[in-house]
Amino acid sequence: MTADSPAEALPLKIVSRRIARQKQAILVISKVWSWIFLAILVVFFSIEGTGFFTVRNSQNILVAIVPVLLMGLGQTFVIIAAGIDLSVGWVMGLSSVVSALVIRDLADGGLAVGLAILIGFIAGVGSAALAGLLNGVIIAKLKVPPFIVTLGVSFIARGAAFLLSGGNVVGGQPQALRDLGNEALLYLQRGDETQLYFLRKPDVTGAQLRMLDRILPWPVVITLALVLIAIFILHRTQFGRHTYAIGGNKEATKRAGVPVDRLTILLYVMSAVTAGFAGVLYTARFSGGSSIAGDALMMSSIAAVIIGGVSMFGGEGRVSGTVLGALVIAVLQTGLIMMAVEPFWQYVIVGIIIILAVLMDQARDLIIGRAEAE
Amino acid sequence: MEPMLSIKNLTKRFGGLTAVNQVSMDVHPGEVVGLVGDNGAGKSTLIKMVSGVYQPNDGDIFFEGRRVHISRPSEARELGIETIYQDLALAGNLDVGANIFLGREHKRAYLGGLVRVLDDRFMQAQSEKLLVDLDVHIPSLRQKIDKLSGGQRQAVAIARAVYWNARLMIMDEPTNNLGVAQQGEVLSLIRRLRDQGVPVIVISHTIRDIFAVSDRIVVLHRGHKVADKRVTETSHEEIVQYIMGARDDYRSN
Repeated sequence: MTADSPAEALPLKIVSRRIARQKQAILVISKVWSWIFLAILVVFFSIEGTGFFTVRNSQNILVAIVPVLLMGLGQTFVIIAAGIDLSVGWVMGLSSVVSALVIRDLADGGLAVGLAILIGFIAGVGSAALAGLLNGVIIAKLKVPPFIVTLGVSFIARGAAFLLSGGNVVGGQPQALRDLGNEALLYLQRGDETQLYFLRKPDVTGAQLRMLDRILPWPVVITLALVLIAIFILHRTQFGRHTYAIGGNKEATKRAGVPVDRLTILLYVMSAVTAGFAGVLYTARFSGGSSIAGDALMMSSIAAVIIGGVSMFGGEGRVSGTVLGALVIAVLQTGLIMMAVEPFWQYVIVGIIIILAVLMDQARDLIIGRAEAE
Repeated sequence: MEPMLSIKNLTKRFGGLTAVNQVSMDVHPGEVVGLVGDNGAGKSTLIKMVSGVYQPNDGDIFFEGRRVHISRPSEARELGIETIYQDLALAGNLDVGANIFLGREHKRAYLGGLVRVLDDRFMQAQSEKLLVDLDVHIPSLRQKIDKLSGGQRQAVAIARAVYWNARLMIMDEPTNNLGVAQQGEVLSLIRRLRDQGVPVIVISHTIRDIFAVSDRIVVLHRGHKVADKRVTETSHEEIVQYIMGARDDYRSN
């Protein structure tokens, strides 16, 4: 009997088909697990935590996401290009302090408040861009590893922020700034008669004010706009394509005539600019500039990028992944608080998820690698 | 016929070492020239002077009849001299189309040129047509380069050079690390290039491959050219003797 005869070939075929199906399943799971995990978290907290599944809390989560997501946004590009930016946390603080100082001094000097805020924001984001330029130029032109350069610039930004602010919170901000940081696109008035207000805050007080939900606060709206821009740039433009190419094979990209050095500088400027936005929005939300605004959040932002499936070796990842990673972290944070669990548990859990995320990635590579070898 | 590339008395010294010594050779349209020699014979140095990586200390390079100074690899590429190195040419995480158009992406302009969006459909279609013309078979152009075989990758790198109007192709060890079937595919692709009028210089250690694909063989030994023969007028044994330094057609004595 030959091996080709149906009697012998059949069981083999079934076995190999089963293995193929298992492989396929693992591949699919490794791609969507973080969505599943997020869904489980939401369901779990909705059942266990009082007030988790409410309009108000959903907005709290979105507000909590803003700095982590913004810092993660530029970081996503940098890591896809096989770099890393450790400076975003203190760059965010620098931007917060600079914007607060400029807005306060201009407003005190009698400039129209709107204009003062605009110039302050430009100054804040601009100071961040300068830090990014420093990162990019040293990395691209002097060939110093990004880990070292951005660590160094992180300290420089930290020092600059403390020197400028004298180590204090820069207060004395106009009311309009606080409104920008806390008011919203939509308002939902609950109570006897539920009503939705667009772009207009209903004039209510007391108990009624407590029943008023802000939907899509301005910082969230601005962040969403930046996310959409980032998605467009990364996935639809030549710059985005080259970001992937640099992460995949820098040498080949250079040989193909892509100005890799210039793009590298731009990537670090971009990363700093999104951190800068996080800084000015912090200033608006808390009506004051703080040098330590981003310190505690930077590692969370890198965690969001990793949980979102961006490969630390470069070349792989999507903006939507980072959004998801930031959501997972924010849901964990607020959920644990609402369950009255020590909030510090979030760090333990985030740590475990980061390692799981990378394990998933490796498992997938292993499986794909094997599938190819066959 | 006028040669596409003509090298006259090219010399390259590194300190006291003369890596390439007064080498002259021509490459005509429609021919494959095999460049062979032992390690350190000067093959790579010679090629790097043509592709703009090194500057010669002496001698001239003529391309399509004009004397040229090639001071950078990008200048060589602008002339139409494409050098294909293994593993250095492609981004493994991008698909076939993205690699063929890497650095020269086709875009659509919107809002009066303010926003420029990648035109992946166009690039995929062009890539598909190109590969069909070159008789290269790749299951899906949406596949990432990492998932292709070594031979397919080599074919994509060659196809890219062809698409961007390569006038002369230089290939360094094109069959290294390839399976036997893939080696055959790459060699027949090289022959198809020649038939389309693109001359090819192939550097290889594998004499069998050189004989399989070349019209002419140039042998270097310690920086000198020692043989320049049509494949029909020589044999494996003879070429090996040239490589070992046992024969030299150009010794001045």
